Amino acid sequence: METALVREPISPEQMVAELPSSGDGACLLFLGVVRDHNEGRAVSGLDYEAYEGMAERTLAVIATEASDSFGTDRIRVLHRIGALKVGEVSTAIAVATPHRGEAYEASRYIIEELKKRLPIWKREHYVEGDSHWVGGGGEAGMESGEGGA
Amino acid sequence: MQIRILFFASYRDLLGRGEMDLNIPDGTTVSGMTAEIRGRGGAFATLPPYPVVAVNQDYATEDRILEDGDVVAFIPPVAGG
Repeated sequence: METALVREPISPEQMVAELPSSGDGACLLFLGVVRDHNEGRAVSGLDYEAYEGMAERTLAVIATEASDSFGTDRIRVLHRIGALKVGEVSTAIAVATPHRGEAYEASRYIIEELKKRLPIWKREHYVEGDSHWVGGGGEAGMESGEGGA
Repeated sequence: MQIRILFFASYRDLLGRGEMDLNIPDGTTVSGMTAEIRGRGGAFATLPPYPVVAVNQDYATEDRILEDGDVVAFIPPVAGG
């Protein structure tokens, strides 16, 4: 298993390189990508901020839970932080398993738990020039969060 | 006893600071600490009364009793992925 926060662009090829063991028949890669709109507004880019120590621990815990539940230790999870442009990869989850079912289930588990638990925030920058924290807003976080990926 | 408090993202912008040290009596809970901070007024009063909080990098409940040297983070709604 490998989990990390990264500041450099994520390479899809490296996510799956030599990940499957000889007994694996499935290798699945999920990419979360910065999209050009959110809630009706044109987005030019994002800043991701993390509580780094806790986010690294939480990523490792979630990957371990997936490993225990779905019977594979061939898991890589990366989350990018810093400034990202539209089209760049923010999250990458690679899972290899003997059969496809567990790979889809493990990948889905990891992204859903990550979105609930990972202490990471994103500030959206809009084409019009303004920006705000997604989910946090100006009401001290009283609004509900909205996901990206 | 003294604890360190961390504010991230929208909370940090709201308060104009990312961290502060706080002296609290022994036995203070997470909810007692939150009430103490909100009671300072101004921007502090706009923090949610029951925020999501992590103590030493683990999510904690509001009845958690704090200890000297704890690091308490106020966690705005998360938006990873």
